[in-house]
Amino acid sequence: MNELINGKNIAISYDGKKILSGVNFTLNKGEVLCIIGENGSGKTSLVKSILGMKKLSEGAFTGISDISRIGYLAQKDEIQKDFPAKVKEVVLSGRLNDLGYRPFYRKKDKEIALENIKKLGIEAIMNKSFNEISGGQRQRVLIARALCATGEILILDEPEASLDPVVTKSLFSLIKEIKNDNNIGIVIVSHNLNTSLDIADKVLHLKAFGEDEHFFGNLIDYKDSPLAKGFMGGEI
Amino acid sequence: MIDIIKEILSQPFMVRALIVGVLLAICSSFLGVSLILKRYSMIGDGLSHVGFGSLAIATAMNWAPISVSIPVVVISAFFLLRISENSKIKGDAAIAMISVVSLAGGVMIISISTGINTDVCNYMFGSILGMTKSDLHLTIILSIAIMVAYILLYNRIFAVTLDETFTKATGNRASLYNSTIAIMTAIIIVLGMRMMGAMLVSSLIVMPSLTAMRVCKSFKTVIINAVVISVSCVLIGIFISYTMATPTGASIVICNFAMFIFYHIISRLRLIKK
Repeated sequence: MNELINGKNIAISYDGKKILSGVNFTLNKGEVLCIIGENGSGKTSLVKSILGMKKLSEGAFTGISDISRIGYLAQKDEIQKDFPAKVKEVVLSGRLNDLGYRPFYRKKDKEIALENIKKLGIEAIMNKSFNEISGGQRQRVLIARALCATGEILILDEPEASLDPVVTKSLFSLIKEIKNDNNIGIVIVSHNLNTSLDIADKVLHLKAFGEDEHFFGNLIDYKDSPLAKGFMGGEI
Repeated sequence: MIDIIKEILSQPFMVRALIVGVLLAICSSFLGVSLILKRYSMIGDGLSHVGFGSLAIATAMNWAPISVSIPVVVISAFFLLRISENSKIKGDAAIAMISVVSLAGGVMIISISTGINTDVCNYMFGSILGMTKSDLHLTIILSIAIMVAYILLYNRIFAVTLDETFTKATGNRASLYNSTIAIMTAIIIVLGMRMMGAMLVSSLIVMPSLTAMRVCKSFKTVIINAVVISVSCVLIGIFISYTMATPTGASIVICNFAMFIFYHIISRLRLIKK
């Protein structure tokens, strides 16, 4: 079975007001699904509902089992500026969802954390305090933590936020690598269409509630759709 | 000086106070970092006021003060946690209201039953004389339980303190860990109330960690430093309280403040060096 997430007729409301409805999509192993749409179209809400942090008002997800380990990078991290923690402590904390009933991390967990630290090129700062590194470094640390938590699914909500264009590019090629060698499914919410569509296999374009239909399909079909042309100003 | 220490150690009630003080200093330092960073400092303060109220009722009714207060304060801890998680209610304001109402209620009950006297002063600002043998046993059992639980749950508490959203999103039971932190806090508050006083007991949780955070860079070193700071402040505070006949809680708070200033100066000096 290759299917990781199957969303059927998803609808989400806030305080009884619908913000999203009629969303259908699937994510398979080895795929990158790119979620795009204007501000306020419900991208982040959809992601939160996949993570079980937002209740659906209609529809259901199938395929996500209780034992699915999902890695997650939030759009805006809530970590406090003065938090006293070393970079490697932060990355290792991503392994928590694999701990089960064990109280402490094993050697294997520490090795996986180190592996991800290397992948993100943050070895040099791994013993530094999380509160004394730059915004770009912070983002890499949090992506390394998300990778530590990833079993089958990795969800990145605007990973390019607070990164400069060069780093963003290397980040997306890294995501491509991760996809190739891990056999996992990746969901990316993005504003940066040029870079993210580069690595996407499928696209889910959300429209604000009450407007046109959402688009879900392969990248090639999306590029030909009128929705894409409207959204990108015909630049593809 | 050595004579005074010998004298202190020869008195059973002082030995009890020292044991309780050291155990509570260790437990409270464990939890302090999480409470500060999760912005729960106010909850600790609120709980101590609730503890004072329940202590007053228990005394008036002739019930065992600590055994009655622990369940009451634990339940309040759940309640306060829920309030502060729910952004629709103004969390801080609600906690402030609960604090003053419990305090006022407690004072009313005491005035009607026994009248305001030195006992009340002891409840509020702490006394080394208050520790009975059964208090001692309860404190030893519960504080060792808290220490063991904290060490076993360390990685989970770290994660939920660092980033609750991520912890929840990646499939961990964040609210269970939050509740555990709240229960442990509630128990420490009640146990510390006799010695530190209801008004000052939350300082035991907040101040040593705040001091350690001035200088230390990692979660573990903050906790270890906080334990060292807290234990030494408690010992010095009890010594001062004994020799100068000052309220124990107040003496310990002043020691903690001196330590905070000292660490603050060190952190400033380090900045200049850089």
